[in-house]
Amino acid sequence: MKSDKLKFILLCLVVLAAPLPFSQGYLTSVLVFVGINTMLALGLNLLLGYAGQISLGQAAFFGLGAYGSAVLTTRFAMNPWLAMVLVALCVAAFAFAVGFPVLRLKGHYLAMATLGVGVIAHIAFNETVDLTGGPSGLSGIPNLSVGGFSFDSDLKNYYLVWGFALAAILLCLNLVNSRVGRGLRAIHDSEVAARVMGVNARLMKVQVFALSALISALAGSLYCHVMTFISPTSFGFNVSIELLTMVVIGGLGSVYGSLLGALLLTLLPEMLRAFQDYDIIFYGLLLVSMTIYVPGGLVRGIPALYRRLMPARSGHA
Amino acid sequence: MLELSGIGKRFGGLTALEEISFRVAKGSITGIIGPNGAGKTTLFNVATGIYPPSRGAVLLDGKDISALPPERRARLGLVRTFQNIELFGKMTVLENVMVGLHTQSSSGFFSCAFRMPWQKSEERRVRDKAKEWLAFAGIAEIEGVEAGTLSFGKGRLLEIARAMALEPKLLLMDEPAAGLNSSETAELAELIKRIRDLGVTVALVEHDMDLVMDICDALVVLNLGTMLAQGTPREIQDNQAVVTAYLGEE
Repeated sequence: MKSDKLKFILLCLVVLAAPLPFSQGYLTSVLVFVGINTMLALGLNLLLGYAGQISLGQAAFFGLGAYGSAVLTTRFAMNPWLAMVLVALCVAAFAFAVGFPVLRLKGHYLAMATLGVGVIAHIAFNETVDLTGGPSGLSGIPNLSVGGFSFDSDLKNYYLVWGFALAAILLCLNLVNSRVGRGLRAIHDSEVAARVMGVNARLMKVQVFALSALISALAGSLYCHVMTFISPTSFGFNVSIELLTMVVIGGLGSVYGSLLGALLLTLLPEMLRAFQDYDIIFYGLLLVSMTIYVPGGLVRGIPALYRRLMPARSGHA
Repeated sequence: MLELSGIGKRFGGLTALEEISFRVAKGSITGIIGPNGAGKTTLFNVATGIYPPSRGAVLLDGKDISALPPERRARLGLVRTFQNIELFGKMTVLENVMVGLHTQSSSGFFSCAFRMPWQKSEERRVRDKAKEWLAFAGIAEIEGVEAGTLSFGKGRLLEIARAMALEPKLLLMDEPAAGLNSSETAELAELIKRIRDLGVTVALVEHDMDLVMDICDALVVLNLGTMLAQGTPREIQDNQAVVTAYLGEE
């Protein structure tokens, strides 16, 4: 317990200090997206890594959060914070309603059904032109502000987004080490045994699906206010796959793994800008080789590598 | 305690169970025996709600529970262990038993995520209680071990500890001695008797006849999905139909 707290405080300090070395805004703006992706990966990891239920439609909830906030603040001039809360609750309620029929499915069928949810949402963003602006996007979204203080620079947005991301990490850490987290992991390991032990598996799966949608929607709201412009391409199928890659590569069933996965897969494409159009091939290769060689993800793979290298090094010394 | 009334179970054209009716008396240890394929495990699956019966009713304390899902039956005090051991393999031994205390705690998503004060004290209570049940089953020293790495014998004890954590009225055990050596089986017999002494009614499916004859107060014999006989162990031993079913005709 003590070391868990220490780890989290250490993370907070790193996050606080991270943008200091960068005088120019570029890397800071990339780190903003690391924060948003961390929240998205965390949402998916609760569902996939802990409860063992796959979703290929996470981009739908991300998009609903972004478009919900964008539409409410630009077309209805609603207070952005109020819109954020309202949208998050509505998206969670939507996921709850969708989750009841969908999460009765297992394996490939569940993957297909959630994929369907993602595809339908993406089509809706494109086709409801009056509301969303369709393929040409929606612009003029206001920055978030508190009192007179506006989050209008990369650095300010960095601290805003990471405030949310750290809170999400802390709450998820609490959750997975509790009665609820044990219930979810029990469902993952043996659903029949979990039910015989009195765990209401059907309800818990839908609840965690709704929670993952809620976190994704919050990330979406933050995204639209940071970008001030959104278009449907940011919420397509490839985004859901990227999230899946982050979770698998970071470490299924690990909160810090979500952070590592988001960090790696947000920074890498920036470094590989030259191969922009081929990055999806790179993702595919990375996903396949990681699942074969480091099935536990970075969060378990790095310590294992360290242990393998250490005795060799001390042997030479 | 438990009453099965006219249970029938069909899988497509296959009749797995037909017209099974018997009672498990409160406070007893009832053995359900029969050759392989007699329908014993299917009967447990129907009793615990994993399969719905095609016909008939399951009654617990006189109340019809036939339509309830397994998790609701568990809350009413009907709990089981599995023939092939269904542990939560990636969780520790202690965490496995803590899942068994799920029904006796209530913290939800919100209070767990925000570590509300009552959630913390509940967590402590659950942890302490889980340790007591591990001690009861005699495996307190392995509480930190990942359950998936346990030997079959230890896994069996953990499964029993986890089931006991629900404080069941009725514990159904599916072949608890399968895969155990003779000294482990002897320990198991003692454990089952201690469970009965706590006031828990026990019903078990078992092939180990020495164990069955040693600990059971009543026996039910199934053969090819039908009831063949029921009575005390002594009566069953002398029952010609049972001997024929097991050994064949001369």
